[in-house]
Amino acid sequence: MTYHFDFAALLPYWREFARGIWLTVQLSAVSTVLGFVLGTLCAIGRADGSRGVKWLVAIYVEAIRNTPLLVQVFIIYFGIATLGVHVSANMAAVIALVVNVGAYTCEIVRAGIESVHKSQIEAADCLGLSRFQTYWHVVLRPAIERVYPAITSQYVLLMLASSITSQISAEELTAVANRIQSDTFRAFETYIVTGVLYLLLSFVVRVCLWLFGLAVFVRRRKLGTAI
Amino acid sequence: MPTFSLVHLEFLLVAAQWTIGLSIAAFVGGGLVGFVVALARISDLRLLRIAAMIYIQLVQGTPLLILLFVIYFGISLLGFNNLPALFAACAGLIVYSSGFLAEIWRGCIESVPKTQWQAAECLALTPWQRMVKVILPQAARIATAPTVGFLVQIVKNTSLASVVGFVELAQAGKLINNSIYEPFTVFMIVALIYFAICFPLSTWSRRLERKLNVGRR
Repeated sequence: MTYHFDFAALLPYWREFARGIWLTVQLSAVSTVLGFVLGTLCAIGRADGSRGVKWLVAIYVEAIRNTPLLVQVFIIYFGIATLGVHVSANMAAVIALVVNVGAYTCEIVRAGIESVHKSQIEAADCLGLSRFQTYWHVVLRPAIERVYPAITSQYVLLMLASSITSQISAEELTAVANRIQSDTFRAFETYIVTGVLYLLLSFVVRVCLWLFGLAVFVRRRKLGTAI
Repeated sequence: MPTFSLVHLEFLLVAAQWTIGLSIAAFVGGGLVGFVVALARISDLRLLRIAAMIYIQLVQGTPLLILLFVIYFGISLLGFNNLPALFAACAGLIVYSSGFLAEIWRGCIESVPKTQWQAAECLALTPWQRMVKVILPQAARIATAPTVGFLVQIVKNTSLASVVGFVELAQAGKLINNSIYEPFTVFMIVALIYFAICFPLSTWSRRLERKLNVGRR
């Protein structure tokens, strides 16, 4: 083997890498927040909606969970374009990621909602809480607290999955890496560096979500026990 | 301009067979590697445990896309320039699925009640006998549902093998779309074929879960 590794060849490109990381962070952050809202709403719809809503949510969840993200990205990016609406690659990437992670979040949160005991909801009814209050104070908080670890890993996976949007040339980290490797012909080094950057990113995401959990779930922080 | 026809559909169905073949290879290979890693992860040797943990963290902390690229270009660095794309695709997916299966199975092995391990020890079974005759049969019961569930992930993730130039279902869809430019029709049909493969698997997984009622034990 006569190959000489040359990681220094990548140094001039640090700005590009930084820009790629920044877009990956933005993509993941936006789709995490929107995906969580969408997923939670769907979970409520599935648990408590009318028959039609339940069906719609079920179809949405099954359709998304049983097809690859890559194909979803293609359908959204090219499909929307054929409808005559032009969206940028970044926009299409966000839409695809939100739609995708919303379905997974729905399943996770639904499991959490189902684990809330019926007597809790009856108690809330007795106290005269409105339906919104019941969901907000009695159902969702403990439900989400309980499934928070699963949600955390789902959003780490989401950050990693955002690499797939490089296939429609959203200029995030993987797309940047693809360009740099074709500039430098240092493919192996480029992807090793990119892999390490993703590792660091997934660590950062994990820590952020953990801190967020500490800040939000006061009960757990004070008592230190699982709900 | 040609439109979507039966010829295209046939091309997609042939490509779907490659998707299935790739999935099976990834599952079998990943299962074998993953099983060894899972055992290493709970081994008595500290070094083995740490090595397995690092492996799992590496695989789970990088996107499959990057994993595929690293393996694809790594193979050619090692001097194997003429290997077909299938090889890199298989290797990447095997590494990927072994990392996840190892963690799933470790959880299943560890969820066998401690008393079972102790009882096996009291009966003077060797560590090997304890594993094969007492722990694994019980762990396997717990493991079936999540393993079938992960199979769905494998099938879906074979779509990423297209980035190293392997023509499976997603890549076939891309090729057809490049020639006839009917993205909506083409990718909808591609998605439908994926759905037809994955939906029975996820339904099966859910049924297994309900039957074993693992969650409420």
